[in-house]
Amino acid sequence: MNMSTVAIDLADVKKSFGDKLIVNDLSFSVARGECFGLLGPNGAGKSTIARMLLGMISPDGGKITVLDEPVPSRARAARVRVGVVPQFDNLELEFTVRENLLVFGRYFGMSARRIEAVAPALLEFARLESKADVRVSELSGGMKRRLTLARALINDPDLLVMDEPTTGLDPHARHLIWERLRALLARGKTILLTTHFMEEAERLCDRLCVLESGCKIAEGKPDALIDEHIGCNVIEIYGGDLNQLRELIRPYARHIEVSGETLFCYARYPEQVRVHLRGQANLRVLQRPPNLEDVFLRLTGREMEK
Amino acid sequence: MDDGYASLMPANAYNWIAVWRRNFLGWRKVALASLLGNLADPITNLLGLGFGLGLIVGRVEGTSYIAFLAAGMVAISAMTSATFETLYAAFARMGVKRTWEGILFTQLTLGDIVLGELVWAASKSVLAGTAIGIVAAALGYASWTSILCAIPTVALTGLVFASLAMVVISLAPTYDYFVFYQSLVLTPMVFLCGAVFPTSQLPDSFQHFAGLLPLAHSVDLIRPTMLERGADSAALHVGALCVYAVLPFFASTALFRRRLLR
Repeated sequence: MNMSTVAIDLADVKKSFGDKLIVNDLSFSVARGECFGLLGPNGAGKSTIARMLLGMISPDGGKITVLDEPVPSRARAARVRVGVVPQFDNLELEFTVRENLLVFGRYFGMSARRIEAVAPALLEFARLESKADVRVSELSGGMKRRLTLARALINDPDLLVMDEPTTGLDPHARHLIWERLRALLARGKTILLTTHFMEEAERLCDRLCVLESGCKIAEGKPDALIDEHIGCNVIEIYGGDLNQLRELIRPYARHIEVSGETLFCYARYPEQVRVHLRGQANLRVLQRPPNLEDVFLRLTGREMEK
Repeated sequence: MDDGYASLMPANAYNWIAVWRRNFLGWRKVALASLLGNLADPITNLLGLGFGLGLIVGRVEGTSYIAFLAAGMVAISAMTSATFETLYAAFARMGVKRTWEGILFTQLTLGDIVLGELVWAASKSVLAGTAIGIVAAALGYASWTSILCAIPTVALTGLVFASLAMVVISLAPTYDYFVFYQSLVLTPMVFLCGAVFPTSQLPDSFQHFAGLLPLAHSVDLIRPTMLERGADSAALHVGALCVYAVLPFFASTALFRRRLLR
């Protein structure tokens, strides 16, 4: 890709803490205007990668470029055009919503007048117009996340780095964040987000990179990954003797995985499988289209959030 | 030092102001309680010790004990207010509150943050030291102009002790470790540095050792100013305080990098 169309480029990036390898020869590129997801379980190295992109951790090897600036050597110049939504809120709890924007804008060298000029649009974007003078400690979790998002936009960044943006939120609050992120993408912003929510990755990301233990195990568009690695229907079966069931349906399944108490059966013709399950007592059977969870299970042999 | 270390240093001469203003905004919300809480202790000490002990002690170095003590209390309160602001408030902003983490997402460097915190803590020292000075002046133990003249030294004293406390918080795993610094470093310094009694009362070896301590340089500048006498070797004292302010700044910034940016 031509550099001016690339927002983030990682080439052979490595990072260890002590003896522990956190990121192993990772390479990927994010195009401008794209929403790119780093998908993986806790401990996969997602947050470390996000911190390396910001220049807050130096890689042991490899090359990182963010908005055409080499990182970490010119990370400060890159950060001027980056907005960050961290995994854990670090808002000023004793300050009001408006004061949070004021204080943060000053860190970018913005004048009070300029911050006051952009604040109303940011508050409107975050649906916090009516909360401008409320102390942050009184806001709900979803409102705090939206304020963190608004705060990350104060410098009108080209790129947003979001570490687990909806972890800990209820479904309603999560959907509102997703809707806001789509609005940002529509405005041409680039987003890099880390997540362990398959649904989040599927709904938002144009492309994603699946990580396990610091290694890239797959990369591509969500649909293409699902097609490539699964490409058929999924039947989830709970209850009963899983080993016995596995033998029973093996001839009709393309592939079978067992994770915990659940048997995942991947079959082109799910009806054939279901016919053979009839008459089995205490079984709960759920048929559904394949998703990224299945891709992860297929690639690693285990479920993501376990 | 490598490029990495250079990138920690303040990016320019004014970035720190945003950090100072953040702290000022936070302080403004609790200003009254903060003032009362911070000033009650040194003023009580000044009046209690000054009047109480003053009756027994009589005159010290050619002045009343309370006038002698007032200058010491100005230095002590500058030391403690900068120390406590850094140990507790800045430590919380660096750690549990994640304030520094948020700032590091912007174009500020670690050095900008540490500098902003140091100047802020020194500002609180000026507030505390000046308040003691005002009490002393109101009681007639110092002139109003001498209090004004002491302010630069009070500010420098605040910078010194904020800078030293910065090293402590860059190393301390939790709040529990601060007590070692307070009881093993600060409290002995109060008694060794001539703040509450003349160092001439100490054995020679102690006097030599005390002469190296930052609070001694601070007292040796503030007391002559408040008693309107000429300070001996003022340049030496100012120089020593500057060293005590600057070296820990570099050390703590490097230590914070190890703690926060890895």
